[in-house]
Amino acid sequence: MRRFFLIAVPYLWLLALFLVPFIIVLKISLSDTALAIPPYTPTLDFSAGWQGIKEFLTGLDLENFVWLTEDDLYWKAYLSSLMIALISTALTLLVGYPIAYGMARAPEEWRATLMMLIILPFWTSFLIRVYAWIGILSQEGVLNQFLLWTGLIDQPLIILNTKIAVYIGIVYTYLPFMILPIYAALDRLDESLIEAAEDLGCSRLSAFWLVTIPLSRNGIVAGCFLVFIPALGEFVIPSLLGGSGTLMIGKVLWEEFFSNRDWPVASAVAIVLLAILVIPIVLFQRNQQKQAEAEQ
Amino acid sequence: MNSTKFAPWADPEAKPLIRFQNVTKRFGTFTAIDNLSLDIYEREFFALLGPSGCGKTTMMRMLGGFENPTEGRIELAGKDISGVPPNKRAVNMMFQSYALFPHLTVWDNIAFGLRRDSKPKPEIEARVAEMLKLTRLEKFAKRKPHQISGGQRQRVALARSLAKAPKLLLLDEPLGALDKKLRQDTQFELMDIQEKTGTTFVIVTHDQEEAMTVASRVAVMDEGRLMQVATPDRIYESPNSIYVADFIGEVNIIEGTATPDGEETYRIDWADGQEPIRATSARSFATGEKCALAIRPEKVTISADRPAEAVNAVQGKVLDIAYLGNISTYHVELPSGTVIKAQTANTRRISRRSFTWDDPVWLSWTVTGGVLLAE
Ligand SMILES: Nc1ncnc2c1ncn2[C@@H]1O[C@H](COP(=O)(O)OP(=O)(O)OP(=O)(O)O)[C@@H](O)[C@H]1O
Ligand SMILES: [Mg+2]
Repeated sequence: MRRFFLIAVPYLWLLALFLVPFIIVLKISLSDTALAIPPYTPTLDFSAGWQGIKEFLTGLDLENFVWLTEDDLYWKAYLSSLMIALISTALTLLVGYPIAYGMARAPEEWRATLMMLIILPFWTSFLIRVYAWIGILSQEGVLNQFLLWTGLIDQPLIILNTKIAVYIGIVYTYLPFMILPIYAALDRLDESLIEAAEDLGCSRLSAFWLVTIPLSRNGIVAGCFLVFIPALGEFVIPSLLGGSGTLMIGKVLWEEFFSNRDWPVASAVAIVLLAILVIPIVLFQRNQQKQAEAEQ
Repeated sequence: MNSTKFAPWADPEAKPLIRFQNVTKRFGTFTAIDNLSLDIYEREFFALLGPSGCGKTTMMRMLGGFENPTEGRIELAGKDISGVPPNKRAVNMMFQSYALFPHLTVWDNIAFGLRRDSKPKPEIEARVAEMLKLTRLEKFAKRKPHQISGGQRQRVALARSLAKAPKLLLLDEPLGALDKKLRQDTQFELMDIQEKTGTTFVIVTHDQEEAMTVASRVAVMDEGRLMQVATPDRIYESPNSIYVADFIGEVNIIEGTATPDGEETYRIDWADGQEPIRATSARSFATGEKCALAIRPEKVTISADRPAEAVNAVQGKVLDIAYLGNISTYHVELPSGTVIKAQTANTRRISRRSFTWDDPVWLSWTVTGGVLLAE
């Protein structure tokens, strides 16, 4: 009985916070737009009894999904989101790994402070931090002023409202998600393994490639998924930093919902996005599970 | 096996392979190795023995290149090796913690060092197969370190350090986790390897029997200093201090005062109302100098009556008997309260042994049976 409750709690949680909203969105994606509140038909009318349910079911169709394939805006947005998410994940890894490595190698008494510094940005609102980047990257922004002052450039660089600004934003925002799992993996790494590798003829660098990297692999994989999955559906960063030229599915979704008030198409976009995300999420889970097994 | 022939340490002309010159190693304010000088010669099987924390691993790590001495210098084949990185030293180490690569199979762990030398593939395969056979790990070649037992892991670590056939091999407690039978087999394997390849071995062990079996010389350490460096038989038969005598094997220590009594012979007064003991000693003692007689239990004879010709004999009663199968150790309490251990071979079945608890017995030993040590 106790077992049953223990298992029931997370499942109820999942049901309330994931499954129910998912079914609602799925239902909307199968509906048609309407000038009404809510802005779609059919709606389920239990007062009409059996007849009402039947009418409701016949009113559902896959029209919106067909529409997604007809207008090339959507698949272009998906593709561009994938590209941006992939590139920014790679960039985050490049920036995050050395930081995690440095933290793991730092003297014991420093580590807590360094960890604090990594988590510190979470104490201010995400939106404010992204707005701050506008102040840094814009043509009259801090960065350009500094570069002009040093004489490195004589024309302000155009960074804001380009993909570069989006990459900067994503790398900045998701860096802690990359650093923390890699740090955890490197922190567990036994120093004597590196010594053994050197003893057996490795240089410092080859010991790093042959021992450190493979042994932090799980941390790298976990970090990459933790960055890639939210970056794929990212909406705030591309819309604030990316300008109109950056096409990302999160932005398209927002516009369908709020500008076009086309809830059914927006829901269809969301369902497809979810379907795309299921693949990396499953892979991520497998990685975590494998790691847990290896540690036993 | 180490007969009189192999004794480079006795030869003033011989050049040592390893030379510690006044080496001191400090960790912060803690002195782990204290002004230590030591020569180890080529083809030696050198054993480091000492209590936990006395600096054995630190010595190894300095030879392997993982620590640099704070003071003094270490020479390998005549060259100062401080600052030479581990991968540039013809030295391999078997780590006390094994340090096996968890992401590689047993096979790949053993092949790791060979691959770094970019040897041809068939040669690597042959060598790994040889190592697997030697350590009886053929069946586990494809497993990862976390899928094998502690003793098997230890053998993988041993195989991995042996694979490159280095000039100098450092073994930090290589056989601790093995059962007695396998340990003895591996000891003989190691000695065999050493004879075949001429590799110099430095081995750390907690097991003095192991040190006795394999080593050409043994160093007994305490708190970062060398207490005695000598061949196993000399360490056992003529320890230079109570510490060494006590550390190696079982020993009875009888404290008293010495009085010269003939050539290299001394009379030792050791307890009120007890007959003095006689013992020979190459070291001279002044009259009334405090001394301690160290005598091994197997050199003490136990009998029901006082043996007629015995020089040293004391009477007591059996306090305890430790039955060890092939031998028995009798703990005999003297009237003064001192307990002396005597060992005899169990030539008869246990039910027919001559003495039992509380029996009055005589203990006796010869003039040369013990070693007279300064306090
Ligand atoms: N990196 C270090 N920092 C500080 N102290 C150390 C360090 N390494 C070793 N020590 C200290 O130096 C002393 C000698 O250590 P070492 O590892 O050489 O002992 P050991 O003789 O190998 O002991 P054991 O038989 O238990 O392995 C110990 O007291 C240990 O605490
Ligand atoms: Mg040690």
